[in-house]
Amino acid sequence: MMENSRRRFIKIAGITAAGFGLKPVTDVLASGGAPKKASPIGDTSAGNKALTAKRWAMIIDVKKMAHEETIHQCVEACHKLHNIPKLDNKRHEIKWIWEEEFKHAFPGQHHEHMSEEIQHAPFLVLCNHCENPPCVRACPTKATFQREDGIVLMDFHRCIGCRFCMAACPYGSRSFNFRDPRPFIEEVQEKFPTRMKGVVEKCNFCAERLAEGKQPACVEASNGALIFGDLNDENSDVRKVLKSNYVIRRKPGLGTGPQVYYMV
Amino acid sequence: MPNKKQIYDRDKVAIGLAIFVALISFPFWFNMGKASPAPEIKLSDKAKAAKQCIAPTAYMRAEHMAILDLWRDTVVRDAKRVYSTNDGLTFNMSLSTGENSCMGCHVTKADFCDKCHNYASVRPYCWDCHIAPKENK
Repeated sequence: MMENSRRRFIKIAGITAAGFGLKPVTDVLASGGAPKKASPIGDTSAGNKALTAKRWAMIIDVKKMAHEETIHQCVEACHKLHNIPKLDNKRHEIKWIWEEEFKHAFPGQHHEHMSEEIQHAPFLVLCNHCENPPCVRACPTKATFQREDGIVLMDFHRCIGCRFCMAACPYGSRSFNFRDPRPFIEEVQEKFPTRMKGVVEKCNFCAERLAEGKQPACVEASNGALIFGDLNDENSDVRKVLKSNYVIRRKPGLGTGPQVYYMV
Repeated sequence: MPNKKQIYDRDKVAIGLAIFVALISFPFWFNMGKASPAPEIKLSDKAKAAKQCIAPTAYMRAEHMAILDLWRDTVVRDAKRVYSTNDGLTFNMSLSTGENSCMGCHVTKADFCDKCHNYASVRPYCWDCHIAPKENK
């Protein structure tokens, strides 16, 4: 009897001690981690100059794009502004926006009797800022995320360079920095950070320019061949064009819901 | 009856102990009196004229890293890029882009950032990507 009660006493004592020890841990877990300290004063806002939308979208007028010049201007404007390095090795190449042939941009939709014009027209391709972006689902650190206005953005601070997003993206819109990009940037723009070795990058729909009330750099450089606007606003330019023109999207069958439309 | 508390090889043990203590305290006496003084931050003329940063100096000194961390999330995730103080001043919530950003006022990275960071042996990786303003030499 004596033996038995000692065992019981130790058991109860043990459970009690564990209970007391667990309390602080469960408290912290219940509160959702330590709260982030806010600034003592002041407030943050988007500013009154910023362009806002419910759903940003872009329309590419392929006929107007047919001039090589225009396409180059768009690509140059973007790559210069965002400090994109020029790497000659194809496997290290970084690109946010570039030129592609129809059969590569729209695989499965081309046939042998297609008009020469379309077959060899330069198609401008970039991140589609999908409605249902597979890259966002693949990212293990939430470095890639979708903003409320539909822009699929990257937080370079958080990218660990796992490249899951590159595997997930059906459009090849993402590039990986296999090398330190700094030495390969021709003319460094102080206004935009560079990237470092080991992160993925892609088009950001010029989120930093929208915040200043400017249209994306490629749109500005396109002489009207690119139209950018709010898809949820019935009176926006993009909606007007979509109403009166036939447009196609890249790989629509995948269900990603690309927000870059091609007017052929 | 011999003393039970006697240490065997007392002399050798004492010498060994002395060497051990000398070695383990080496960093302390070797660096004695050589401590470098805490660095003085050199403020740019613009920062001096402004008198106060976005918050009181003491707060900035202690919490600037937390503010920067919070700001980068606010800017990237919530697209909020303008910070306004209660006094009606507005700031561009950016480390290194333009007049109204951090480096727009604290123009010299070497004098303002690096001095303390080097002293405290902290190596933030801001400048792996962000571009410090060119310094006038």
